Amino acid sequence: MDKKLKLKILDIMITARCMEERMAKMSKSADAFFWLGGVGEEAFNVPLGLLAKVGHGLDYDFFHFHYRNGSTMVAMGMDPMDQLRQTHNRATDPFSGGRNFCNHYARKAWNVVPVTSTIQTQMSVAPGTAYAQKRHGGDGVTVVTFGDAGTAEGDFHVGLNWSTIKDRELPVLFICTNNAYGISTHYDEVHGQDNLAQIAAGYGMKTKVIDGNDVEVSYEALSKAYDYVRKERKPFFLEAMVSRLHGHSSSSGGNRIPDGKEPDCLHAWRDKLVEQDLITREDYDRKYQAETRRMLQLLEEVRKEPAPEPGDIYNYIFASV
Amino acid sequence: MANMAQAIRMALHYGEEHLGVTDIFGEDVGPPLGGVFTATQGLKTTWNSPLDERGIIGAAIGLALAGQKPVAEIQFGDYIFNTIDLLKLAGNTYWSGNGEYNLPMVVMTNVGAGIHGSLYHSHSFESMASHIPGWKIVLPSTPKDAYGLMISAIKDPNPVMYLYPKMLIRAKGEELIPGEPEDERELRRMIDAPIGATLYDVIEARDGWQPSWPEGLTDYSIPIGKAKIVREGKDLTIVTYARHVILAREAAKILENDLGISVELIDLRSLYPWDRETVFASVRKTGRCLVLNEDTPVTNYGEHILHHIIDNCFYELVAKPRVLAGADVPAIGLSAVLEEASVPQIADIVHEAVAITTEEP
Ligand SMILES: Cc1ncc(C[n+]2csc(CCOP(=O)(O)OP(=O)(O)O)c2C)c(N)n1
Repeated sequence: MDKKLKLKILDIMITARCMEERMAKMSKSADAFFWLGGVGEEAFNVPLGLLAKVGHGLDYDFFHFHYRNGSTMVAMGMDPMDQLRQTHNRATDPFSGGRNFCNHYARKAWNVVPVTSTIQTQMSVAPGTAYAQKRHGGDGVTVVTFGDAGTAEGDFHVGLNWSTIKDRELPVLFICTNNAYGISTHYDEVHGQDNLAQIAAGYGMKTKVIDGNDVEVSYEALSKAYDYVRKERKPFFLEAMVSRLHGHSSSSGGNRIPDGKEPDCLHAWRDKLVEQDLITREDYDRKYQAETRRMLQLLEEVRKEPAPEPGDIYNYIFASV
Repeated sequence: MANMAQAIRMALHYGEEHLGVTDIFGEDVGPPLGGVFTATQGLKTTWNSPLDERGIIGAAIGLALAGQKPVAEIQFGDYIFNTIDLLKLAGNTYWSGNGEYNLPMVVMTNVGAGIHGSLYHSHSFESMASHIPGWKIVLPSTPKDAYGLMISAIKDPNPVMYLYPKMLIRAKGEELIPGEPEDERELRRMIDAPIGATLYDVIEARDGWQPSWPEGLTDYSIPIGKAKIVREGKDLTIVTYARHVILAREAAKILENDLGISVELIDLRSLYPWDRETVFASVRKTGRCLVLNEDTPVTNYGEHILHHIIDNCFYELVAKPRVLAGADVPAIGLSAVLEEASVPQIADIVHEAVAITTEEP
């Protein structure tokens, strides 16, 4: 990984972190009804976005996201203001027009299909886009992301099964970001496997379990995984152990967890780059503060934007024939 | 004349050739079987899915998101219930993304009783389906309508639920589908796959078999949301759909011949959207109406229709309007006695019709 890339990843991680911290704050005021997001998953989710082939149609990757992929979207090029618009449920929210929770993206131009709140159903839908991609040819893949607890749903097995049928394997990159919790239930209370990749391996696909708090490990594992799926047109299951630094969502407070309870991947990456003399601690602090200020400024702009109109509920029920 | 399975098959063939259908799939939908009711024999885009209804609906959504045009089959309507949250997602995808993604997909499945199918081959699904916004819902009662509604369903850029009555799958039509050969034996020779005593014989018999599709098939379509007046009458309007169109027609003959009661019979054909104007015009004319179906009676789709009839035609009604639906029981029993006690029969329709038409305001 060269210096430029290392710094680029750091910059995106900072932007995404400051965006999410602003969103979590918004949920404590009248600015937002709800927050949930990916604070603590940036080391993994940023490379996930950087390595993607972003565009529209079957030649590009399709994304069936979990609701913690904000930093992936930032890495793909999302303007954080758009995320604040959704969090503040403005009519200008480009993903849902003020209809859906934050982190519930839909962007056809990037093959980001609508994020749904129904845990794990994306695993039943993902084989459909992958099937179309395989038939089409080319190297586009389907990326589907999810947490650990949701793997207990039947849909998890639907996705694994449909992707591993003999001679009809599908180009799906399965991404489990394992933060060891559902909402409050710990992994060990509801699973019998050491990790979830073991289940995927039983379906006959290649798997890997990594430390998702490590940028370099994540980047390297993701490069290989994307590459494998692109070239082999077969599924790959990558499980990344990650942190959950603001708890499950605003329903559980959305507060920063006590220091030392779980590693902070942004701080770890910062310290590493300081140690390698790529940045100074002061550079970092300056950037972090500037992004924090920028998010507040963006929010101030967003607050001026219109709320949806009552009549908007009748828009987009049926596409016209 | 073609039966309903053949009509669906021909419409799907037309869809593959001319309307961009990319995938026709589901359990046993592809070769060698071509569907447990033969509706997908000989088609070129069929494939067999895992025995997994959630996967089938999920894959259809994914295919539609990827710009394909899938027709997914759930083998029996009785097994669609475990897909309801995926059906809800399909129905709200266009809305949730504020118009970002629409889903051009058809889900076809067979519904209703009448084949002595016991608990799990007799369910209705239309009332449940009507609680899933974002879907259009159609139910044919004749092969010609089955063809025309399938063409419209395929052309529609939204999710369309195509519910066809199990009981009528093998019933022959009374009208030719445009392009259908006049001689039905000829049609069978052309498009019915060879049969065999066991699966092994079927596989052998169908090895290398190709249908020869009628050349003149057209895009004959029945607009979604347009009802049909099956017979005109002046004393009573019966509003129904699917299998009960056939039963109501028999009842209407008895009522006419034996009792001199003239029934206007409406086949809704689409439940969402439904043809309010045709229904209201008829009820305003006759002043009396019976809404008929075989689904369970609590929160029955017929109640929705009745509610709107009352709202729109209240002062033109001269008798209490009614719904005749299935019995309020958990399922349909196997014995013919049990099934007939659960699902409105011709005699029940006659009975109800007499009660409405003899009621004095
Ligand atoms: C089908 C369904 N059941 C329950 C919920 C409520 N719920 C929301 S998030 C969540 C926990 C999910 O945990 P996990 O899959 O590990 O993902 P994480 O939130 O940890 O990223 C639950 C139970 C839901 N949204 N959908």
